[in-house]
Amino acid sequence: MTTTTDTPAPETAAGRPLPRLPWNKHLVAIAVLAVLLVPLPLILPSAQASVAVRVLIFALMSIGWNMMSGFGGMFSFGHAAYFGIGAYTSAWLLVEHRASPWIGMLAGMVMAAAFAALIGFLALRYKLRGAYFALATFAFAEMLRLWATNSDFVNRAVGYHVPLRPDSSWWWIQFEPASPNYFWIALGLTVAALVISVQFVRSRAGQFTKAARDDEDAAAAVGIPVMRYKLLTMALSAAITSVAGAFYVQYFLFIDPDLAFGSSVSIQAILPAVIGGVATIWGPVIGAVVMGPLNDVTATVLRNPPPALEFLQGRSGLDVIVYGTLLIIIVLLLPKGIYGTIRQRWSRR
Amino acid sequence: MTLLRVEGISKSFKGLRAVDEVSFEVAEGSILGVIGANGAGKTTVFNLIAGALRPDTGRVHLGGKEITGHAPHNVTAAGMTRTFQLMRPFYSMTVLENVTIAVLAGGAAKRTARTAAAELIDRIGLGRWRDSATEGLPTAALKRLELARALASKPRVLLLDEVLAGLVPAERAPVMELLERLRTEDGVTLVFVEHIMAAVMRLSDSVLVLDLGRVLTSGSPQEVTRDPRVIEAYLGEDPHAHA
Repeated sequence: MTTTTDTPAPETAAGRPLPRLPWNKHLVAIAVLAVLLVPLPLILPSAQASVAVRVLIFALMSIGWNMMSGFGGMFSFGHAAYFGIGAYTSAWLLVEHRASPWIGMLAGMVMAAAFAALIGFLALRYKLRGAYFALATFAFAEMLRLWATNSDFVNRAVGYHVPLRPDSSWWWIQFEPASPNYFWIALGLTVAALVISVQFVRSRAGQFTKAARDDEDAAAAVGIPVMRYKLLTMALSAAITSVAGAFYVQYFLFIDPDLAFGSSVSIQAILPAVIGGVATIWGPVIGAVVMGPLNDVTATVLRNPPPALEFLQGRSGLDVIVYGTLLIIIVLLLPKGIYGTIRQRWSRR
Repeated sequence: MTLLRVEGISKSFKGLRAVDEVSFEVAEGSILGVIGANGAGKTTVFNLIAGALRPDTGRVHLGGKEITGHAPHNVTAAGMTRTFQLMRPFYSMTVLENVTIAVLAGGAAKRTARTAAAELIDRIGLGRWRDSATEGLPTAALKRLELARALASKPRVLLLDEVLAGLVPAERAPVMELLERLRTEDGVTLVFVEHIMAAVMRLSDSVLVLDLGRVLTSGSPQEVTRDPRVIEAYLGEDPHAHA
């Protein structure tokens, strides 16, 4: 191989390395966080513990979204499809076939991954990019919502109520309403999703996916089969988000087409990652920690508003207004999200 | 021995014939320069033989195997890699990561890929930028990065699209030396699109001239630059105008 001397080059900002946390430190941080959070539901009052569970559901949804839209660069506005498939598959198998929610969760992951691969194949085959791709994902989610609303196969608009069991059971994921077990299961699932996320990004497949996100033609030119890795990323992303749906059904014991496939669900998958930092490991988690309590606060304010805000009583939509305002603030002040901005500023010190 | 054979490839875009029955052959270990005015179809020919576009008619053979219309990653796997006219680094990655990805895509094991990429970066002369972000790198470094990434797949044929464009004369000479060494030391066959005639004259064993999507002529650099049709269509009366 040819040998040449280094090109003399002027000092520019390009000489700076990229801000990175070594992968093993991510894994250590996940393990430490998991251990620290285990006692949380034993400390928190039950109302706050349920907020914590909601935070974990948001995080799980958004970790899935971030894999496809952040690391993969394929902006999805239809992750409700995968959340809903997870929720409905689990609920249908439980109610109609007495299958454990764990089995339902696995089946939901397979179904969501297959559906994502199908959508991905169609979208990529016809070269949909950017806004067109996002609209296609939104359209598929809406299609599923309309199908579920009108199909006897899944109880039309009524949806499913999970039958209550007389006893607590890990196998059936049913406990006393204030049981810490719900939090621990959600924590376990979120930690697993985070570890998968870290392993994916450092893997050959993850690196190829990021290269294809940065420049698809250049990635293909170095020998990367772009379509294959994009579909793989979409399938993995959908499978993770479907787990959130399956767990949601067991926690809230109810699902209907709007709760499963509504566009607000897609927004709830997007916002934590955008708030925390898109295409970062920790962004979705940090964003969910911001969003979960906000969600609770807005619901409380609407239920029992303080005197100055009495006009809000009984109205809906405050959460959407708060999300929108928050999003505008984040985009203007922290365009890389909370974690992304902190990481960038830290690296400049 | 012919390594790359292109037979009558054509491509139209909405009725516009961008490439019209272009044929040429490249012998193993040789350097073919491709010249022509802007819009002559040079980059489209590259896109057709590298798999980015599918030809309407014609065939492309690499090492005796037909690769017409193969996807770009399959063309790379078959032994032919390209660079781009406008530099296209993986912007979220460092120089080392850019090249490591290409080494991995060539099938290398993960534990050895980083070392192989680092060696390649040093040999291409990018050592000082190895751990730098690609954003804001000078043009000369980005051009070398394109080369390093393309070489990572150990191609038999390297398609270079204006690899000298944007470089000041002092930066061109080392890149030309590098290309010559790639041919003599590594046996890489080069096909390069270039506007800088001094480079075409120095590097090419033969030159293909394109005009309005067709082959105007081909031959040795000396023959081509004396051809009145080439002078009229591309070089003008003063060949130094393109230097």
